[in-house]
Amino acid sequence: MVESLFSDADALLLARFQFAFTVAFHIIFPAFTIGIASYLAVLEGLYLKTRNPVYQKLFRYWVKIFAVAFGMGVVSGIVMSYQFGTNWSVFSDKAGPVIGPLMGYEVLTAFFLEAGFLGVMLFGMNRVGEKLHFFATLMVAIGTAISAFWILSVNSWMQTPTGFAMNDVGQFVVEDWFAVIFNPSFPYRLAHMLLAAYLTTAFVVGGVGAWHLLKERSNAAARKMFSMAMWMALLVAPLQVFVGDLHGLNTQEHQPAKVAAMEGHFKSETQAPLYLFGMPNMETAEVDYAIKVPGLASLILKHDVNAEVTGLDAFPRDEWPPVPVVFWAFRIMVGLGLLMVVIGLWAGVQRARGKLYDASWLHKAAIAMAPSGFVAVVAGWIVTEVGRQPWVIYGLLRTEDAASPIAAEGVGGSLLAFIVVYFLVFGAGTFYILRKMAGDPENVHIPDYGGGMAAERLMHEED
Amino acid sequence: MDYALIWAILISVAVFAYVALDGFDLGVAMLFPWFNKEEERDIMMNTVAPVWDGNETWLVLGGGGLLAVFPLAYAVLMPALYMPVIAMLLGLIFRGVAFEYRFKTKRGKKLWDWSFIVGSFVAAMSQGIMLGAMLQGVKVVDRAYAGGWFDWLTWFTVFCGFAVVVGYLLLGATWLVMKTEGALQERAYPLAYKAGVGLFACIVFVSLFLPWQDAYIYERWFSFPTSIGLWVLPVLLVVLTIGLLNSLTKKQQGRPYLWSLGLFLIAYSGFAVSIFPYLVPREITLWEAAAPDNSLVFLLVGAAVLLPIIFAYTGYTYWVFRGKVRADSGYHD
Ligand code: HDD
Ligand code: HEM
Ligand code: HEM
Repeated sequence: MVESLFSDADALLLARFQFAFTVAFHIIFPAFTIGIASYLAVLEGLYLKTRNPVYQKLFRYWVKIFAVAFGMGVVSGIVMSYQFGTNWSVFSDKAGPVIGPLMGYEVLTAFFLEAGFLGVMLFGMNRVGEKLHFFATLMVAIGTAISAFWILSVNSWMQTPTGFAMNDVGQFVVEDWFAVIFNPSFPYRLAHMLLAAYLTTAFVVGGVGAWHLLKERSNAAARKMFSMAMWMALLVAPLQVFVGDLHGLNTQEHQPAKVAAMEGHFKSETQAPLYLFGMPNMETAEVDYAIKVPGLASLILKHDVNAEVTGLDAFPRDEWPPVPVVFWAFRIMVGLGLLMVVIGLWAGVQRARGKLYDASWLHKAAIAMAPSGFVAVVAGWIVTEVGRQPWVIYGLLRTEDAASPIAAEGVGGSLLAFIVVYFLVFGAGTFYILRKMAGDPENVHIPDYGGGMAAERLMHEED
Repeated sequence: MDYALIWAILISVAVFAYVALDGFDLGVAMLFPWFNKEEERDIMMNTVAPVWDGNETWLVLGGGGLLAVFPLAYAVLMPALYMPVIAMLLGLIFRGVAFEYRFKTKRGKKLWDWSFIVGSFVAAMSQGIMLGAMLQGVKVVDRAYAGGWFDWLTWFTVFCGFAVVVGYLLLGATWLVMKTEGALQERAYPLAYKAGVGLFACIVFVSLFLPWQDAYIYERWFSFPTSIGLWVLPVLLVVLTIGLLNSLTKKQQGRPYLWSLGLFLIAYSGFAVSIFPYLVPREITLWEAAAPDNSLVFLLVGAAVLLPIIFAYTGYTYWVFRGKVRADSGYHD
């Protein structure tokens, strides 16, 4: 390597920051496109079945927003797939034989499917007819879910590796593909992430619906989307809390140090307390300013108030994750999850009273919660990924041993470029999306598809 | 069976599919400066809007495939080509978002036009530089890249960058010839002609320069009689170039694009011949880089089943959007 002004530790830190930055940006888009693609398929299906024009309007309204978000998802995703090589080359060499084929399957089964039918979905209505168009929408929606399946399998394997052996050049090689793909944490992570995507979308749709309802209570399209979103919140948010709990129990079994960090448990103890608030202090191994409920953590994690809960003292000091980050990210996610449940119940009550569209406080709360899914998703990933530190492959390969031989100046330069470009480009995209959302869903332009090819029309919506 | 070799061929096919398909997307974008009217640019963009994402997916397959089946080559080449790879990714961001953003704004339209043009140019240039850097060779010690940050930057790699830009301009111009009509098409013909001549010159130059520079490549091409078979490539190069220019002069519609693809295929085969059997030239052969057989086989089964299906629905998409694109067949309603 060329002489560098900085140490390898700086280079490692920058590479980690770059990965975290780019992937946290990336996940924002899938969290939305996975949900919205399914929502579009539902809307189009309902329209074909009922011929109620409100569904068609909603489809046209959301498909535009979807297109912008999807574009951002694609370009930020391509960055991710090359970054394994550019910044984590040792990891790529060692783990490539295991995770590479899974990502290969993701490309073959998911990315091509999404991309192949996206064109028909966005631009093909006047060329293929309704049924085929619906089919294309379905394929895009299914593609996004398949994509989540594979990439979460990869990530889960890095958390709970099974089904492998080592070869003589130090690579992980597969003994049992089934055990690799369906590794112990995968089912929980897949369920939790898919529900997260649906919830994220539901709260965006709900927030937009609520905003238009506040302006005009009789807006039929806004009513419909608000109602659909609140059904999702009522049904899916509690389910997510339940799945999250199962996920935590699974983590407790396989990555006890992570759970100790989430809970702020430095010491192993019986009748372990649940910290509602506090400042975990890595130096003193204490939680400062703690507000706690004695015994509750034992009850949640072991279903027994008197059970002993493993703390970080059971692990060597150099295998502790950064506790405060994990602790706080976890509280943000869970707090938002509980708020989502509250909104769902509140809307359920107002619906039962026949006041769903008149409850302006509910509408204001829904608007405030519109971005909550994104925050919870990123917080959840921080819990998962920072909680896995110092390992990149849990218990087997340390993050510090996985990086590329790139000097700090190189990584620093690329990181700076990513930060500038992402804020500019994705900032502009977010602006266009928000402007679309401000448009009235009752007033969307429905092109005339009736005459087939002869009736093709150009109508750029420049606004 | 030699799974590593099968995979080397499959990945070459994926990379060629990428070049053939995304090449015209990038080329169309780089031709924007020659077409100033907003309406023309709308049409040009709409010739690629429904298919660009699928085209780009071949790049993901190329990169992902390399990680899956030749992890060592991926782990060495990516750090070696760090800057051009990052530049390509950033370029692809700017051109990718332009497809949607451009139709969402009036005031900012020019801005996203430039994002489309410059993003595509940077991506094409970076790809050419990577190609040149691979031909030039990469330093390896202990399963890792051991060169400096700027090893990839020489006048030769920059030349290769421009050669790829010219090549993509040719694909873009012949694509426009096929997909448009009237004044726009009229202007695409001479542009395609110039790009065709330019690409021919670039290929000839690289073909003469490399063997003169590099004993290994000299050996490969000039050890008679074993390399006699390879000399069909330069012959084909001349034939295809004449075919292309001829077809442009006769104002044919779809043929020029096909001739251009042929030209690319020849250049690409020349590249493959010059580096085979190395993936990292003169350091790591494809067999040394290959993942264990069971990884190769596992993915190969999927590829064998799925690639034909992918070809089928990709073909279907192209068929849905067949024919000339007119001002009134824009897809953004
Ligand atoms: C839970 C789901 C999920 C997660 C955790 C990730 N992605 Fe992603 N990705 C998707 C879900 C997704 C998607 C839904 O399939 C996307 C998002 C929007 C889109 O356009 O497709 C996508 C797009 C996308 C693309 C572009 C595909 C194309 O060309 O159409 C690539 C190459 C990646 N991703 C790669 C990655 C990598 C390497 C990740 C890990 C670091 C990753 N994604 C995390
Ligand atoms: C999509 C949502 C994801 C988010 C928001 C996310 C977030 C993060 C964060 C914050 C880190 C930094 C941890 C630290 O260094 O302290 C990290 C590390 C890492 N993640 Fe993820 N991650 C996600 C998905 C994935 C997936 C799907 C994979 C693998 C396929 C993955 C692979 C890695 C690797 C290799 C590292 C090590 C580099 C590092 O420690 O910084 N991540 N991730
Ligand atoms: C209150 C209920 C919730 C609980 C108990 C819970 C529990 C958990 C746990 C324990 C993890 C870490 C698992 C691990 O790393 O091994 C996690 C991760 C995660 N959470 Fe939650 N969660 C809840 C709500 C939510 C909500 C509302 C969202 C988003 C809408 C969300 C999104 C995520 C994501 C994206 C991850 C990272 C991926 C994964 O590991 O599954 N969670 N959650």
